[in-house]
Amino acid sequence: MKQIVDSVMDWVEVRMPVSKLYKEHMADYYAPKNFNFWYYFGSLALFVLVNQLLTGIWLTMYYTPSGGEAFNSIEYIMRDVEYGWLLRYLHSTGATAFFVVIYLHMFRGMMYGSYKSPRELVWLFGMGIYGVLMGEAFFGYLLPWGQMSYWGAQVILSLVGAVPIVGDDIALWVRGDYVISGVTLNRFFALHVVALPIVLLGLIAMHLFALHEVGSSNPDGVEIKEKKDSEGIPLDGIPFHPYYTVKDIMGVVVFLIVFCSVVFFFPSGGGLILEGPNFEPSNALKTPEHIAPVWYFTPYYSVLRAVPNKLGGVIAMGGAIAFLFVLPWLDRSPVKSIRYKGWMSKFALTAFVVSFLILGYLGTQAPTPGKTLAAQIFTIIYFLFFILMPFYTTMEKTKPVPERVTG
Amino acid sequence: MNNEGVNQDRRWFLIGSTAAVGAVGAAAAAVPFVKAWNPSAKAKAAGAPIKIDISKLSPGERVIAEWRSKPIWVVRRTEQSLADLPKLNDSLRDPKSEMDQQPVYAQNPNRSIKDEYVVLIGLCTHLGCSPTYRPELGAEDLGGDSWLGGFFCPCHGSKFDLAGRVFQGVPAPYNLEVPPHFYEDENTIVIGLEGEAA
Repeated sequence: MKQIVDSVMDWVEVRMPVSKLYKEHMADYYAPKNFNFWYYFGSLALFVLVNQLLTGIWLTMYYTPSGGEAFNSIEYIMRDVEYGWLLRYLHSTGATAFFVVIYLHMFRGMMYGSYKSPRELVWLFGMGIYGVLMGEAFFGYLLPWGQMSYWGAQVILSLVGAVPIVGDDIALWVRGDYVISGVTLNRFFALHVVALPIVLLGLIAMHLFALHEVGSSNPDGVEIKEKKDSEGIPLDGIPFHPYYTVKDIMGVVVFLIVFCSVVFFFPSGGGLILEGPNFEPSNALKTPEHIAPVWYFTPYYSVLRAVPNKLGGVIAMGGAIAFLFVLPWLDRSPVKSIRYKGWMSKFALTAFVVSFLILGYLGTQAPTPGKTLAAQIFTIIYFLFFILMPFYTTMEKTKPVPERVTG
Repeated sequence: MNNEGVNQDRRWFLIGSTAAVGAVGAAAAAVPFVKAWNPSAKAKAAGAPIKIDISKLSPGERVIAEWRSKPIWVVRRTEQSLADLPKLNDSLRDPKSEMDQQPVYAQNPNRSIKDEYVVLIGLCTHLGCSPTYRPELGAEDLGGDSWLGGFFCPCHGSKFDLAGRVFQGVPAPYNLEVPPHFYEDENTIVIGLEGEAA
């Protein structure tokens, strides 16, 4: 038996370097030995991606992307298809989980300076993934064709109309109709299930390819490749497989406990995952009392509303995302990790996280003068984090970075 | 590879011209993909003009019709409302309707062909929500005594007067849009076409 297996393996090996790939990316891929809690979220993002692909494919088997049938087909999935409710809740909760995981993953990168040289491309591909993911979420949210789907899309698409001169024509072109209609729904479906997933998978491949070239950073921001043993193996590195594969499986187990609790007991997440008005079919002549995007967009929505000028608001919202892209070039600190940066960086990162969370909360709320003022203040703090970064990262006194990774 | 005796200039010219022709071809091939996103003949047909009967509309009332899936409002304003409109001019963004939000025949103080009837597209110019009709004078939640009737957008709090003119200090940048329309006869308004008389 073993002989047969070996000869098949040999036959493949000559034609395709399977074991070389396995060694490069798993068994002989050395990752720093000091990964902590924050390093679970990369593999968890992959896990959630698989969940989204699998449940998504199954949902397309029953979903009808037409203006007349879309809403009914969701009800059909929920009531008539065996386990249809579970597939849909796994997918809708999965979308929220995806953003939770990605936000924590990005925070890890910001905290430990994972975006700094030589990992700028890893960060850029990651930001590309984040951008495509926002597109996926936006297009996907229209598909249930409920009131919030419809009016949320109406609000976001009308942002395009803020572009001077050609804005209205572009919005018409994207909608394919004078308002959001079944035509829009159909093309969003195509983008959601075919076009963007392909782009997403490509970007994830690039993200991992670039990462495996330079190797992972770690909470100390020490390059493990600088200290190698006589065989060229990093002294502070351990093979990704089996050490981190097993650790990550542990992470998946804990994640699943939390995830399944939401899927089974709080599938609408108190209106954060599935919003109340979306249980009503879309109606072009009736706007819901209060339109709020899903929670993962609300920080940017707050920024949009904080600026009392439409075009200015759109530019600010775009800027809030665009600044994240150029983070590697704003951070001039000689050290990577927050552990060895000065108090100013620590204070700035804290202020950034606090303002991101508060903007997120404000974005779910109806606007009042007080809340708008708060949104304006925290929008300014959000932007100051980026604008002042080149200054505070050069001015502050950093601590000495150890030669080798610690604990 | 042996590069001896290669005419580099000619090689670069060939590469450049091939790339240029290829780019033109790619751009031409993109045309059907881009054009397919435009409104189809069916969508354009569905956007045909509509007629609204206003014979049963009494002063202070509003009718809603649907044109190109957008809410079209016809409001019959009271004498009082018409008299109140000029009083608001100082608190409006564009009291004289200078922005291109209406056909020329509605670019007047009442933003209408006939003084009493105003025809508006009922979508907020901020982000396209449909504002609510709040004709009551002095509504508590809308500023009390200073509120002389108008429209209030529940999404982001934009306010408009009874001529669809936007107030200052709200997110909406422009007055509500007046669609192309004309009076076919005394009681019928046609939305989506300009009349010969206009």
